[in-house]
Amino acid sequence: MPIYSESFAAAFGLLASSDRDLMEILALSINVSLASLVLSCVIGLPIGAFLAMRHFPMRDFLVGVFNAMMGLPPVVVGLLVYLHLSRSGPFGWLGLLYTPQAMVIAQMILITPIIIALSCQVLEDLHEDYKDFFDSLVVPKRTALLAYIIDARYSLMTVILAGFGRAISEVGAVIIVGGNIDHLTRVMTTAIALETSKGELALALALGFILLAISLAVNFLVQWLKASARRRAYV
Amino acid sequence: MSDQTAMAQRGLMPITVQNITLTLNERILIDDLSCNIESDGMSVIMGPNGAGKSLFMRCLHGLAKPDMGQILYAGTPLDPLIRQQQSLVFQTPTILRRTVLANLLFVAHQRGIDDPKISMDYLAQLQLDHLAQHPARLLSGGEKQRLALARALIINPAILFLDEATSNLDPASIETIETNLQSVSKQGMKIILVTHDIGQAKRLADDVLFLHHGKLAEHSPAKSFFQKPKSAAAKAYLAGKLVL
Repeated sequence: MPIYSESFAAAFGLLASSDRDLMEILALSINVSLASLVLSCVIGLPIGAFLAMRHFPMRDFLVGVFNAMMGLPPVVVGLLVYLHLSRSGPFGWLGLLYTPQAMVIAQMILITPIIIALSCQVLEDLHEDYKDFFDSLVVPKRTALLAYIIDARYSLMTVILAGFGRAISEVGAVIIVGGNIDHLTRVMTTAIALETSKGELALALALGFILLAISLAVNFLVQWLKASARRRAYV
Repeated sequence: MSDQTAMAQRGLMPITVQNITLTLNERILIDDLSCNIESDGMSVIMGPNGAGKSLFMRCLHGLAKPDMGQILYAGTPLDPLIRQQQSLVFQTPTILRRTVLANLLFVAHQRGIDDPKISMDYLAQLQLDHLAQHPARLLSGGEKQRLALARALIINPAILFLDEATSNLDPASIETIETNLQSVSKQGMKIILVTHDIGQAKRLADDVLFLHHGKLAEHSPAKSFFQKPKSAAAKAYLAGKLVL
């Protein structure tokens, strides 16, 4: 399959020459994914912690909803965000459609349920383990929460990396709300989709290899974190 | 430690348990239990499996709330301030995912004791100082229980509860724990422990509360309990017979 060797060569060529377009796409991909990840963590981690530590009538229902939302179809999210940000939509006046900000919003909606559901699971397990001890010590709730975050740091970092992995590899939503505009909203995944539709398979595959490398790096980081947590008996 | 503990203990004793009842899933687990724990030293709660010993201790410490009745410490109902002067060592200790020293520092910090040297002193007292920087979850069962005891003692409680804290431990670990308990008891700390180990109860107890089917079958000074138990259930238990 010569296409693979051509693609490898093209990918290395692009990276080695620090191709300006490629670097721009790469930078935008990482920036959009990191921005949506930060926002998702700011929103998702407190909600996850709240659901883990509190029991109230609708709690199980909410956990179920967030679990189900982990599988939100990106194109549906993209469409909903598009409808809200388009000129006739309720937030059309913000003029965000076809901007990186719109892509951040769409990705944030996609990964926030992941952060909530997974962090809730991690913190709930720890809460079950620690609650009698903390109750016995009369530890204030805020101190307990801080202790959970400190002691679950490796698992929470894994959760965050899972969110990043989802964000960086997402295409359906960002192509709808970003429009894949060159030098403005073109990211790795949308560039791959475009090059494929143009028949530039080698370039598309080259970009795919780079995306895969990022994805693999994130996953190896997760594995390394898990292993080092296990080594230090933090799990 | 001794003067402060003795003063604090005077502030919490006696413990008056008035007609507490606790029901779970329509099953009465503690049944109209009343008693008065006045003695200094160590009170041992004994009884067959399912008698309600651990649950009674949890009620005393406020981890379980009776459906009826009340528990008074020197005439005052149990509240967070009173609970802050107590420690409980669980049968299976909860170990924080930190080093041995960090486990102790966390507890000490809750009571405003921020000097690591004090924590190290307690670790030395429980023969764990050489493991200070070791991940606590990698300790052996006996070491974990000694760490739990160090955490309980560092806050200098007026009352120390132990829920079968030495079950499944080797004789050396049991001896270390018992020696420490006897030492702090002599310094004025009130100790209430649940145990199945009749030998341990004989070694440590000043008075014995014997529970059966969620009721207090007997509360006697240790000597008379072991020599001449009043209740049929206690007699059968001490004779090693099946108590139904």
